[in-house]
Amino acid sequence: MIEFHLDERSGLSPYVQLVRQVRQALRLGVLREGDQLPTVKEVVALLAINPNTVLKAYRELEHEGLVAARPGVGTFVTATLAGTSLAAHGPLRQDLRRWLAKARKAGLDDDSIEALFMTTFRTSTREEDIA
Amino acid sequence: MIWLTWRQFRIPGVAVFAGLAVFAVILAFTGPALAHDYATGIAACTNESGGCDEFLRRFFRDYQNTFLAFAALVLLLPPLIGLFWGAPLIARELETGTHRLVWNQTVTRTRWLTVKLGLVGLAAMIAAALGSLAVTWWSSTIDQNAGRDQFARLSSVVFDARGIVPIGYAAFAFALGMTVGMLIRRTLPAMAVTLAAFAVIQIAMPTLVRPYLLPPTRATVEITPAILDGISLGAGRFIHLQAKAPDPGGWLLDSHTVDASGNAVEEIPLTASSGPCAPSGEPRESMAKCLVEINRLGYRQQLTYHAPTRFWPFQWIETAIYFALALGLTGFSFWWTRRRLS
Amino acid sequence: MTAVLQARGLGKRYGKRWALSDCTLDVPAGHVVGLVGPNGAGKTTLLNLAAGQLAPTAGSIEVLGGRPGSSAAQLAKVGFVAQDTPTYAGLTVAEHLRLGARLNPGWDAGLARGRIERLGLDPRQKAGKLSGGQRAQLALTLAIAKRPGLLILDEPIAALDPLARREFMQGLLEAAVEQELSVVLSSHLVSDLERACDHLIVLVESRVRVTGEVEELLATHHRLTGPRRDLDRLPADQQIVSASHTDRQSTLIIRTGAPVHDPAWTVSQVGLEDLVLAYMNSAAATDHRPLLEVQR
Repeated sequence: MIEFHLDERSGLSPYVQLVRQVRQALRLGVLREGDQLPTVKEVVALLAINPNTVLKAYRELEHEGLVAARPGVGTFVTATLAGTSLAAHGPLRQDLRRWLAKARKAGLDDDSIEALFMTTFRTSTREEDIA
Repeated sequence: MIWLTWRQFRIPGVAVFAGLAVFAVILAFTGPALAHDYATGIAACTNESGGCDEFLRRFFRDYQNTFLAFAALVLLLPPLIGLFWGAPLIARELETGTHRLVWNQTVTRTRWLTVKLGLVGLAAMIAAALGSLAVTWWSSTIDQNAGRDQFARLSSVVFDARGIVPIGYAAFAFALGMTVGMLIRRTLPAMAVTLAAFAVIQIAMPTLVRPYLLPPTRATVEITPAILDGISLGAGRFIHLQAKAPDPGGWLLDSHTVDASGNAVEEIPLTASSGPCAPSGEPRESMAKCLVEINRLGYRQQLTYHAPTRFWPFQWIETAIYFALALGLTGFSFWWTRRRLS
Repeated sequence: MTAVLQARGLGKRYGKRWALSDCTLDVPAGHVVGLVGPNGAGKTTLLNLAAGQLAPTAGSIEVLGGRPGSSAAQLAKVGFVAQDTPTYAGLTVAEHLRLGARLNPGWDAGLARGRIERLGLDPRQKAGKLSGGQRAQLALTLAIAKRPGLLILDEPIAALDPLARREFMQGLLEAAVEQELSVVLSSHLVSDLERACDHLIVLVESRVRVTGEVEELLATHHRLTGPRRDLDRLPADQQIVSASHTDRQSTLIIRTGAPVHDPAWTVSQVGLEDLVLAYMNSAAATDHRPLLEVQR
């Protein structure tokens, strides 16, 4: 079962954060098809947020086709975002660790590493879009 | 609501009734002893010469302090009830803010006040009734044979502590305390104001109101030992008469000596150093000679008084007055609570 | 949607001072409504009027279809937790539950007991010996267990430490979901209400300044920053909530239904706290602002 959290300073509205966390969990395989999402009551009791916020997030996920609500029972995951790429996560994570070790040995601090990654990531995304 | 009223009223309620119980036990122990003392003493002195005057005087002196103390306890009961049962009834809730809690329950303000007032008010009247009953029983021997006017049943200290007026006082004190508490909204100041107001009324009643509850008897009578409390010497060294009510236990309101033409006089122009009123030989004969002379000169005593038979009528009327006051305050409180209180 | 609270020209006067004036509200059911405003604005007065603790001096108010405090049945519909969460100091927790059971025909004893157990309150503990947070939870339990349709809370967490605050709000909102309650709660801090409320009423100096769904308010209020200029040249559909100027720059908070096209302005989002502050400041500057109602 996924456990939600809220980051007050992220600038994102709570319901957007909830949707993102579900998507993230789906991508990482924490949530799989058939899993039940926490009930509205459970989320509200944990985060002390407005119930309509949770309802809105679940409705959006339903709209995206990721979950389905079964009246009287709960909300269940119907699709997955991980796909076949889940298998590739292990080796990719290892590669990342090696790269990080190299970057640190080269003397980059955390901010530099992050900046380097983000700019490279963005440029490559743009190149892909153009291509 | 009944449960809640009891739960809030528990400690002050039990305190007063426990005190009454202790009081009742003391009365129960000493009462028969008193009656026995009296009976044996009377039996002994009736056979003696000189009559029972001496015994009676000694008897009253022996029991005077206890008698007054017990009367005082009954007098204290209504203000105690007003202060500790009445004043906190509403004031405490307003002070602590719990009125916001209880008025949100599924009970209207009218029902809330009715139950609180009804139960505690009833307890107040019962407590006063028990206290009065107990003390009236204990004091009955003294009351019935009170030769001295200061113990007369109509006299202020005794009247207030007998019969049914204490019930009226308690009901009124309770209503007064509750109303004052409701208006002032703080318990301690409400207690102070209630005490002050109650004291004023309790002093005003016997002095200003009670004498006129029923028309007093006015009579101009011959000056005899029956109506004489004593003879003293006035400022000009002349005789001054102090009267008392004709029947034992009556209540003298006013008296003056009048001369033959009906004019009021302070003193009778006879001295104690010479003449008929000078003491000679046996005090009783001396007194009789003096009185004969005073009456011969045409002096009479004008008395305004209430006969002792007025005791019960006054009790009923005064109790009714206090109940009316209590009801008025109660009605006002209901109106205030429903309309104006927030 | 039915309105859980409807007020028309509602006013309350104490002596010469109007604690609340000309208050017109339509609060929809099924929401958690936040009533926010500075101290002395009239929040307590409004909530007390809604709970039937006070009677109005002017205007009318209807709660769940009835006049507040008018009858026992009406009192049963509303659960009220007053400021400072009053409880009987001399009564134990269990006795408070008994109070609720005796005085409320709709009392749910299982719900009350369950809540007390989950909260870890000792039933034999006197309410006067409880901590502030525990007392607040007890008062909340009493209000919830009578199964009302609307819960009204007057600054319930103002005096609580952060952990107690969080626990109180968790319990409150969980109960709102479970019992399908509408909730109106007040605070003088917007941060207390931000997560929990989806409908907002801003009360400043005895008047309602703005009211509406939080989403709608956030979508229709914008901050405009740009070079200093005259304000009467703004489009008519843009209402200025607050404005401040330096010698070179103007900053406005405006309310509008349409997008802002003027390229001279830099448009940015307004957070809820800043939005409320803008209304509080503008109320301080001008006295009688007309009521700004959300039109859908």
